[in-house]
Amino acid sequence: MSTVTATEPNHAKRVIVAWVVLSAIATPLVALFAGPAFPPGNASAQGAQQVSDNTWMVAVLTPIICLLVVFFAYALTQFRHTGGELVDGPPLRNDNRIQVLWLVASAVVVLFFAGFGTYELLQNGSGGGQGPSPIAVPGGTKLPVQVIAQQWEFTYRYPTYGGLETSELFLPADTTIEFHVTSLDAIHSFWAFELGIKADANPGVDNVAFLETKGPRTFHIHCAELCGLWHGYMFSTGHIVPESQFTAWVKQQQQNFAPVAKYLPPYAKTYYPDPQRRAG
Amino acid sequence: MGPTVSKLLVVLAAAAAAGVLIGLYVSKLTTDAGSPSYTLPVRSVAGHPVVDLTVETVAAVGPSLSPGHPDWVSYLVRDTQGKWRRSTVWRLPANATVHMTIYNFDGASGLRNPLYARPQGVDGNIMIVDGKPLKVMPPDDASHTFAVAQYGLVVPIAPVPDAAKNPCDYAPCALTSAHRTIQFTFHTGAKGHYRWQCLVPCAAGWLYGFGGPMQTIGYMDGFLDVV
Amino acid sequence: MSTIAVAQRPPVWRRLVGFNLLTGCLLGIGGWYVGWFAAHGIVGPSIAYFADVDYNELSVFMAYTCGVLGFLIGLGFFNYPFARLRGYPPSLRVKEGEGVGRYFGLCTDHKVVGIQYLVGIGFFFFIGGLNAMLIRIELLRPDHQVWPAGTYLTIVGVHGTMMMGMFTSGLLGPFGNYFVPILIGARRMAFPRIEALTFWLLMAGGVILETTIFFGGFPTGWTGYAPLNVQSNPGMDCYILFFALVGISMTLLGLNMIATIVTMRAPGLTWTRLPIFVWGVLTTSVLMVLAAPVLIATLAMAMLDRTAQTSFFVAAGGGSAYLYQNLFWVFGHPEVYILALPGFAIVLEILPVFARKPLWGYRLAVAGLLGVTLLSFFVWQHHLFVSGINADLRPFYMLSTELISIPTGITFICGMMTLWRGRIRYSVPMLFCLAWFFNFLIGGLSGVFLSDVPSDVTTHGSFFSMAHFHYTVMGGLVFTFFAAIYYWLPKMTGLELNERLGKIHFWTMFISFNSTFGPLFAVGFLGQPRRVVTYPHNLQFLNVWVSVSAFVLGLSLLLFLYNFVRSLVFVRVPAPTDPWGSKSIEWQLPSPVPVHNFDRIPVFSTDPYGYGETPTSVAVPAGAPAGRD
Repeated sequence: MSTVTATEPNHAKRVIVAWVVLSAIATPLVALFAGPAFPPGNASAQGAQQVSDNTWMVAVLTPIICLLVVFFAYALTQFRHTGGELVDGPPLRNDNRIQVLWLVASAVVVLFFAGFGTYELLQNGSGGGQGPSPIAVPGGTKLPVQVIAQQWEFTYRYPTYGGLETSELFLPADTTIEFHVTSLDAIHSFWAFELGIKADANPGVDNVAFLETKGPRTFHIHCAELCGLWHGYMFSTGHIVPESQFTAWVKQQQQNFAPVAKYLPPYAKTYYPDPQRRAG
Repeated sequence: MGPTVSKLLVVLAAAAAAGVLIGLYVSKLTTDAGSPSYTLPVRSVAGHPVVDLTVETVAAVGPSLSPGHPDWVSYLVRDTQGKWRRSTVWRLPANATVHMTIYNFDGASGLRNPLYARPQGVDGNIMIVDGKPLKVMPPDDASHTFAVAQYGLVVPIAPVPDAAKNPCDYAPCALTSAHRTIQFTFHTGAKGHYRWQCLVPCAAGWLYGFGGPMQTIGYMDGFLDVV
Repeated sequence: MSTIAVAQRPPVWRRLVGFNLLTGCLLGIGGWYVGWFAAHGIVGPSIAYFADVDYNELSVFMAYTCGVLGFLIGLGFFNYPFARLRGYPPSLRVKEGEGVGRYFGLCTDHKVVGIQYLVGIGFFFFIGGLNAMLIRIELLRPDHQVWPAGTYLTIVGVHGTMMMGMFTSGLLGPFGNYFVPILIGARRMAFPRIEALTFWLLMAGGVILETTIFFGGFPTGWTGYAPLNVQSNPGMDCYILFFALVGISMTLLGLNMIATIVTMRAPGLTWTRLPIFVWGVLTTSVLMVLAAPVLIATLAMAMLDRTAQTSFFVAAGGGSAYLYQNLFWVFGHPEVYILALPGFAIVLEILPVFARKPLWGYRLAVAGLLGVTLLSFFVWQHHLFVSGINADLRPFYMLSTELISIPTGITFICGMMTLWRGRIRYSVPMLFCLAWFFNFLIGGLSGVFLSDVPSDVTTHGSFFSMAHFHYTVMGGLVFTFFAAIYYWLPKMTGLELNERLGKIHFWTMFISFNSTFGPLFAVGFLGQPRRVVTYPHNLQFLNVWVSVSAFVLGLSLLLFLYNFVRSLVFVRVPAPTDPWGSKSIEWQLPSPVPVHNFDRIPVFSTDPYGYGETPTSVAVPAGAPAGRD
């Protein structure tokens, strides 16, 4: 147990005061200014939720960072020993109060993060791939869109429009989209960065992810799972357009699609290409 | 001085050996798995650059062109002397019209995704197969495709029938062997580095047919180097 | 004509003949060709599937397997079993009394193995680092092609695989093997030949991984996900063999360490007096023994998928790509703690020496190490948060992943309270330990974002996660690796490292490391996925910044190499027995440590952290009563 000698200043008090002051200044600044600047932005409900989630986390982490910064700045300057001879410090081996305090504090932070993350996750799925039976489903009607990944292109199927398949992704604005992500070969990952949606494309798996779009915009799509030679080039641009424009686009695509429609397999959750089929 | 000099020599020798090993490693990486670039001749039509790009697709690239992988399926490009070169990185001018001719000497493999059974991203979304215009072909017949993702360009390639009289076993294949001719026209856009690939799982012997030549630049993958 | 000297020292060629590295290499190459042609003879013409390709996978596997066997025969690993079969007595010591030659072959002296590990792992560390430089050269421009796309993936894969594979033994290999027997008052490891075997298996693996460039490389990165690994070039076989050898080496190393620590502690060295570094080695070994066999089994399945056309991981054939991901991360997540835990232990071991205070909260620190060990087996699916598997288990894995920050935080509080009111000296090992706090804080806190599912949707598979694990692995492990080198090398070699160059090395490395990986968090948040050869043009400035910093980081490591060679080869200042004033037992022995460590087995009466307490001797000669404090 430590006993502060008369000549020694009260180090703990100094550190705590400096920490409280620094945290009180830094935390609101971080929460108000740094937090909202976090990607992916507010292009979708899921993206906005990730921003708020990140804001909360960084706000809670700021006092922890402040504590370590203050502690090390203080300890490394105040307890520095100069001079040649070796001098031993006080033999403090333990302090149960500090141990308990530290464990309780870190447990509280951890449980808060886990609880808050779970709550956020169950709201609307947070844009992550949830597999064939999703647990967090946003309400209302949804437009199903299938994302088919293959080496090294994404294509998109719209089952509500007769299994229409396109090479480009168009989505209507202010709509809840139900993505069904699957793959024909290796593992890919469908990542629409600005929308805050990411779902792995596994062969033989129907990976469902939800997205509530907001206003019209364009966004980038990138494969986020190493899938072979052209992984670094597997990107494209998608569009969120107003409802009327979307309908027109679908009409135009259906004409374009007509000649090849009879060759396509009927819409299914997954497709199993023959693994042994090869050049003869 | 004696021991120091000999130590220095040993350390220098070790450093030199390390340098040689690193040099060999890096040069192996740079020379392997790439493709020499081929600059296509450009002609001018009414001040507009026009390129004639003639390639062939072969079932096996042959020992003379690729001693390391003689049985890999491959694209080859025809140079001005009419010789077939093993290059899949083609240098083209920006904003040019490209008349592409593909001679295919390979049989059917079948598309993984039948969507690519129709030509897209080329003039009129139409291809000329053996002189006849076609808007779509049966996806299971596709032998290969020529696809430039960033242009939205896909053209399926018609196969040589299995019963053909004089098939070409390995490259270089002369036009006297059984072949199909696919012609189409597309336009290069802004300057850049555009990758192209085949979308048919056509590599023999690899599960899914997407290994080996399908994942090595210089065979079924390459670049349009638009300058 | 000094005939006496000639008689005592046989000519060089004579000394090269025998069971040593040279013979091992020759037999290894010979074995390689035997395996290669044998496999061609077996399967080449007979199975139609293989007939139409220019090489078959089986010949690659058999060539390397026979090559490794030949290598081990040449090193003399089969001599002892045969000697026992022929009736010779047990425990034949090998090469312990020889000169330089003992470093080039099977040696049963744990100190020789430790130095072999240090040099061997250091060598492959620089090769991995060279690959990192090649990666950063490519990323100087958004779409510039220095390397063909496939070659770039190979470089990324070799870099990641080499670092992750080699550095599993990065601290346990050199410092565990060298110091654990000394710290527990033993004269050797429990299984000295197995100890040597782990090292030579690792070296064989490293060479095999590098030869992947002759077989077309592999495109999968260090995770080797199926089914991409099934359709890859034969270079993939080198990856499989490398990681399988690493797995075998890790399992044996862990078993050896556990056996040594449990059974061979000197009298009086109770569990609560064990140096914290030994606890770190013990917990890491438990992870190794439990996790690495899963890896070996997984790779065996991948090998069967590639050679015998089974479909463990092929969805269309009835298998599942998830199976590989699960099995890999069941190994892979404990594996990253195999990398991190020895770092924790080194920091807690070195801090008391330079803060001149006892380790604060010893029991708590041990509990922290044990807690990480236990929890690390229950977090692996956080790598699969967006993969679509077990969506309803995501809250559980989110919780378990975040729980692991509690035992990690324990390491922080124990270290911080050890510094508190200490008499801190900023020697080079101490600087590296203090840098660990900074790096691991950033690494740990960025891990919170990755463990939180909503945030992970953006950060998963991006440069953010890449920056995160470089902060934990390079900032956590490599920095403590250097701390351990600067701290213990005077004992291992009896020579001092130049302090001034060491400090320059530290500061350039610390600053350039943060300048390299700090901006990568931003790059990841701005949408650059991992392992890409191209990226959006607006990210070029950050990428160039990172590349230049990475080159400086590379130079700082060359500076270390310069210091290492200069101090150990040219200047050669003898180190005092106890240059740091440590109370730990290894510093009470002469430098370098004699072959049999102790003339008499010591008896411990306290832990080695009694700074500022009434002076008690760490070890008293055998025969004296073991006191209790």
